[in-house]
Amino acid sequence: MDLGPYLVLATLEGAVTAAVLALTAVGLSLVFGVMRVVNIAHGEFFMLGAVIAWALAHGLSGHPAVGFAVALVVAPLVVGALAVAADMTILKRLDYDPERTIVATIGLLYIIQQLTLMGYGPDARPVAAPFNTRLAIPWFEKGAEGWQMIWPWGLGTTSYKLAVIAAAVAVLCAVWALMARSRIGLVMRATQSDREMALAFGIPVERVYALVFGLGAGLAALAAVLIVPIQQAHYLMGADPLLLSFVVVIIGGLGSLPGTVVAAVLIGLSDGIISVFFSPTLAKILATLLVGLVLVFRPQGLFGKRGG
Amino acid sequence: MLRLDRVSAGYGRAQVLRALSLEVKAGEILCLLGRNGAGKTTCMRAIMGLLPLMSGRIWLDKTELSALAPHQVPRTGVGYVPQGRRLFAELTVAQNIEIGLMARGSGPEVREEVLDLFPRLRERYHQRAQTLSGGEQQMLATARALCLRPKVLLLDEPTEGLQPSMIAAIREVIVGLRHKGVAILLVEQRVDAVLSVADRVAFIENGQGGVVMRAEDLRADHTIIDRYVGV
Repeated sequence: MDLGPYLVLATLEGAVTAAVLALTAVGLSLVFGVMRVVNIAHGEFFMLGAVIAWALAHGLSGHPAVGFAVALVVAPLVVGALAVAADMTILKRLDYDPERTIVATIGLLYIIQQLTLMGYGPDARPVAAPFNTRLAIPWFEKGAEGWQMIWPWGLGTTSYKLAVIAAAVAVLCAVWALMARSRIGLVMRATQSDREMALAFGIPVERVYALVFGLGAGLAALAAVLIVPIQQAHYLMGADPLLLSFVVVIIGGLGSLPGTVVAAVLIGLSDGIISVFFSPTLAKILATLLVGLVLVFRPQGLFGKRGG
Repeated sequence: MLRLDRVSAGYGRAQVLRALSLEVKAGEILCLLGRNGAGKTTCMRAIMGLLPLMSGRIWLDKTELSALAPHQVPRTGVGYVPQGRRLFAELTVAQNIEIGLMARGSGPEVREEVLDLFPRLRERYHQRAQTLSGGEQQMLATARALCLRPKVLLLDEPTEGLQPSMIAAIREVIVGLRHKGVAILLVEQRVDAVLSVADRVAFIENGQGGVVMRAEDLRADHTIIDRYVGV
């Protein structure tokens, strides 16, 4: 097989990573953008989404699609509600002070992680995909009789992976519509712009913060539900998404949603391609190097604003 | 209408206002004069609930503003035009006005009324606030506050850094609001501007209330201005 089919394969794998990463990182970016809170526990909300998906998939009898469909709705709602509770009982009491909330969310990370270990256990557990048809991808090769369509062995994906990409794109479009076209999005953007003036114009800032924190966590949980049939649910699975989300958010520009999506696509695709052709470790090294370069030469990120 | 009753407030442990008492009546422009750091802006922030009070109470008619959450204060009809405008810079003129309308559920007729007062904003309606000139930004800050249909309007240095034609336009709006019965608390550095528009002037020194005089009496006697403001 030529290089081309491998590249297609790697790009598809990268697109799945990018889709899930974009959802997770947009949640993190939203929380930082509006609330100025660096949420270290974001990866644990991701992990909780996967664990809840496993619990629902195993608790509900019938076709795997039933449990998965319920998890798609319930896991983000439950995790979002937990995040709202954490906001109201912890972050609000700290008056959303940027430094103290970092320490608080580190504490939250360990509490969620250890409680999950106690309740769910240390094992990695699979969740069946609701559908998983193998799809072969055609390739075109020039032979003696001109261009021919061939079906190279190993060049294929699954219908579920394509569905993950489509679902992530749909959710990202919905988030964009929420922020840019809705009344609550306008209120969030006003709060992001100037918290004090938002209060002076009747915006209940603390309620907006609770909503944003819940929404950010819910997005992470949704991303986890989408990816858990490809990976497995494990109590330590939040670390990688957290690290990659920070990489993405720093490159895209803290608080910039378009920047976050572009950076997620960049990191996700490069992760897929470099992992296939070289090694996953090299992909992580290059991503970290890119973060270093961005921090040195453009600390506000590719799409961020200086001092913003 | 608006009454401050022995209000003390500050930042952390630093007390700025010390038992300040004031009253602004409906249809009156009361100007707060004092040196830099005397507590004028702090007074406005305290009224808006943006600073917790150390002691004292603030009333709007029979509603105790100091007992409300900060976001509830504007809903009672207190409009605020802060120093430096503090617009929602990334939002458009239309969106800034929309935020103002939301606070008290004002309808589109209020928006039209406000845009009639500042026709320039109609031309810039879909432009981001940060791209407006200083004068246009001040118009927008004032328009945004007027969307609340305020009973009381707090204006913190509304003419700062503006060209004379803009100052005249803002002044005209302020006088028009007085005729409609709006109580206006004005902080202004320019004494001539104060004396030309205010009904009464309250002096503030080290966070404490000083003399309160009718503006026309001050026009005849500048010595008190020299004492409190030093100009």
